[in-house]
Amino acid sequence: MTAMAAGVTAGSHRARARRGRGRVRPWLYLLPALAVLVPLFGYPVYMLGLLSVFDYRQAQVSGGQPTTFVGFGNYATLLGDARFWSVLLQTVGFAAALVVGTLAVGAALAVLMTRIGTVPRVALSLAALAAWAAPAMTGSTVWMFLFDADLGLVNQVLGIDGFNWFFDKWVTFGVVGATVVWHSFPFVMVTLYAGIQAVPGSVLEAASLDGASTWQSFWRVIVPILRPLITIVVIQSIIWDFKIFTQIYVMTNGGGIAGQNTVLNVYAYQTAFGSSEYGLGSAIGVVMTLILLVVTMFYIRALHRTGEKL
Amino acid sequence: MKTSRLAANTVALVVAFLTAFPIYWMALSALKPPGEIQSLDVRPWTLHPTFGHFARVLTGEGFARYFVNSAVVALSVVALSAVVAFLAAVAVTRFAFRFRTTVLIMFLVAQMVPVEALTIPLFFVVRDAGLLNTLPSLVLVHLAFSLPFAIWMMRGFVAAVPESLEEAALIDGASRATVLWRILFPLVAPGLVATSVFSFIAAWNDFVFARTFIISAKENQTLPAALLVFFKPDENDWGGIMAASTLMTIPVLIFFVAVQRRLVSGLGGAVKD
Repeated sequence: MTAMAAGVTAGSHRARARRGRGRVRPWLYLLPALAVLVPLFGYPVYMLGLLSVFDYRQAQVSGGQPTTFVGFGNYATLLGDARFWSVLLQTVGFAAALVVGTLAVGAALAVLMTRIGTVPRVALSLAALAAWAAPAMTGSTVWMFLFDADLGLVNQVLGIDGFNWFFDKWVTFGVVGATVVWHSFPFVMVTLYAGIQAVPGSVLEAASLDGASTWQSFWRVIVPILRPLITIVVIQSIIWDFKIFTQIYVMTNGGGIAGQNTVLNVYAYQTAFGSSEYGLGSAIGVVMTLILLVVTMFYIRALHRTGEKL
Repeated sequence: MKTSRLAANTVALVVAFLTAFPIYWMALSALKPPGEIQSLDVRPWTLHPTFGHFARVLTGEGFARYFVNSAVVALSVVALSAVVAFLAAVAVTRFAFRFRTTVLIMFLVAQMVPVEALTIPLFFVVRDAGLLNTLPSLVLVHLAFSLPFAIWMMRGFVAAVPESLEEAALIDGASRATVLWRILFPLVAPGLVATSVFSFIAAWNDFVFARTFIISAKENQTLPAALLVFFKPDENDWGGIMAASTLMTIPVLIFFVAVQRRLVSGLGGAVKD
């Protein structure tokens, strides 16, 4: 009876707290974030869009030339350019391969982690942490050195001295892709492993009491519980891999021979800073952002479908 | 059962070896004397380790200064982003308010924006704020770019703490601030630490912004941009590159190992029912 009364009091207290200060307080908590994000994120995004509809080159940046509004001129240039389409296509293909590779390796190793002894698990965790921790920049330099035509270890071991891994377009994509997966699978592995570990033991106990096998517990209990986490991991991989920049930029020296390994992000950067076509570069940035926006839409819809509360 | 366990252990050890190898190779090559690096007979060890490459990089190229600059920028970003992201995550998980979903979606959308493309407009923003060639310009920009992901990630950690804990404390007469900083904050600390890793790495790794904003003030340069100095069109100074890369990797490795222990301890204690 007393417990019930206490419950009722707590309930009304909770409701009052929610309704009372619920309107101002969340904005108070959001204020610091917004104070940073609006001027340093929102405004530049707006400016990116603005620059993309102007003819904005070196002459305008430092030469004092007047800027001219060209409307969708920059976009028309892009859409009529075969090079843009080929870069777009290979960016999508490369990103897709990276996402699949990263998830396959990361998820397989996360499951493996739950089935091995302490020593191999610690070894694998530390190795993965090392690969994860290595800055994209230094990861790129080390893999470049490993695959160096003359002094690289790989060529020595394979006995193919002088073979240039950064000559053929697809071989280059392969080496850069391996570097990216090496760098990004630990996030997937550690996150999914932590997720599996966080599944309450009592739930698994209940499942096994009900006669579920290990296999059934995994697919029927662990995977459904982890679905929101898996979705987040997938979408993060898509975002990161579609925006890949450092590895391509450093390892292929700005996009490979005759720009054969260029991906969109590098293309935008090179167009703006290499060719001083700031307006056109901004337009590529806008196109990239729009494509990623579509991915986000699918993500948000997927979140709604799985019934996860935003 | 025994054999499958043995096979699993073996696979894990082989993968661990392959994964760690590039890091080992980097450190090894940084310690090899120039003669062995140039040699066509590559060996996975060295009998004559030397700190020559490190000495050249630290003194000759002024990497000590760049190292401090990188650390100042990355640690400032981590400290600021932890507090700001925590507060924002509490706002979007613990309150029902108008535009809450809109705000959340904005954080999600913000993560999609290709950062490198924003270098162009940001250059003009930073220039107009009079912050070109200063370290605060890098701190602010990295803070802005790490926040959306940090908030998104913190949201999961805050949501994982049962609301009943806070309600119980409120009923016991604790103030909102006490609940926030004395109860919720310690509970999500492991999550904050995990989130910090991303903020730290993003700030520590970046070279695009560093190269764009730090134009003439060489004393305010950071590590990655300085590392580019070693890349020459035809003859790469691999010893120097590996030594500089090692210097750049060590702090992140230490940070990760320190963090790892707290990641494992996870949400223990009070949260367990």
